[in-house]
Amino acid sequence: MGASHSHAGNHSSGSHHGPGHYVKIWAILLVLLVLSILGPEIGVKWITIVSAFGIAFVKAYIVVQEFMHLKNERRVVHYALATSLIAMGMFVAGIYADVGRTAGENWKNQAAQSLIDKHAAEGHNSSAPH
Amino acid sequence: MGAQIPIATTRSATGVPTGRLAVWWVIASEIVIFGGILVAYILGRLMNDYWGADAANTNVLAGSVNTFVLLTSSLFVVLAHQAAENKETDKAFRYIWLTILGGLIFLVIKSFEWSYEIHHGMTITSSRFWSFYYTAAGIHGLHVIAGMIIMGIISFDVKKGKFLHRVENIGIYWHFVDIVWIFLFPLLYIAK
Repeated sequence: MGASHSHAGNHSSGSHHGPGHYVKIWAILLVLLVLSILGPEIGVKWITIVSAFGIAFVKAYIVVQEFMHLKNERRVVHYALATSLIAMGMFVAGIYADVGRTAGENWKNQAAQSLIDKHAAEGHNSSAPH
Repeated sequence: MGAQIPIATTRSATGVPTGRLAVWWVIASEIVIFGGILVAYILGRLMNDYWGADAANTNVLAGSVNTFVLLTSSLFVVLAHQAAENKETDKAFRYIWLTILGGLIFLVIKSFEWSYEIHHGMTITSSRFWSFYYTAAGIHGLHVIAGMIIMGIISFDVKKGKFLHRVENIGIYWHFVDIVWIFLFPLLYIAK
């Protein structure tokens, strides 16, 4: 048995597109990159959010579907990725109440408070809750 | 009997080749790591207006060029995968090394960028923004280096026509590294 990629069950998830398809996807990604750079230059907050972050999600979606071929993968892979996203969401939800705070009912983070005080003293405009 | 093939390479309980499934699980765990860093950064950024002033010091041109480089390297690795599927081993080998070159260019630009910033007093201890900046970009950079090393190792087997499926596996990982940068770029460079 040779050592090629033709083992049982070792089929590729790749589609049967030609190189032109991938070059086209790459060109679309570059256009989106340019838009994400130019958008914030307008100076309008909602345009900045949409162009910088909204386009990032679109670019990531295109890479996942077209380059990583997730659209051709079996459900088990989708479940694995969904599980990690849910886990991350739970971790964030668990710590959210304490994020940005330097003191709670039974704890105090003096080091973080000192940093905030230092920045405030240097003239920075910190809105971190105390 | 040819080269010894690991048992994990030849079996599949889920319908997905075990090696590829393992890569997806690696990515699933990485989502928690990078997702945690990115979400923590976003929360910190929303609660600290002065981070915007710090972010104004990052080099948008360097970040943009690096995004272009990584997107292009993603194109090369998917073309390497396609060449490997067609058993065009020399072509796959070339595309793999073009991908590695992309990673190298990315790291060189990053090192110049960091040198400039550190030289001008913007270090990992300067502020919480810079702590996040160096931590997130540093961990991402380590993933770039890991990907380059793995690609370099598998490329020589690919040239001999062996273990061609590994091109797809490392490609999936490399695209994920690209995706992480796609999110780091607006967070660290665009949003001032």
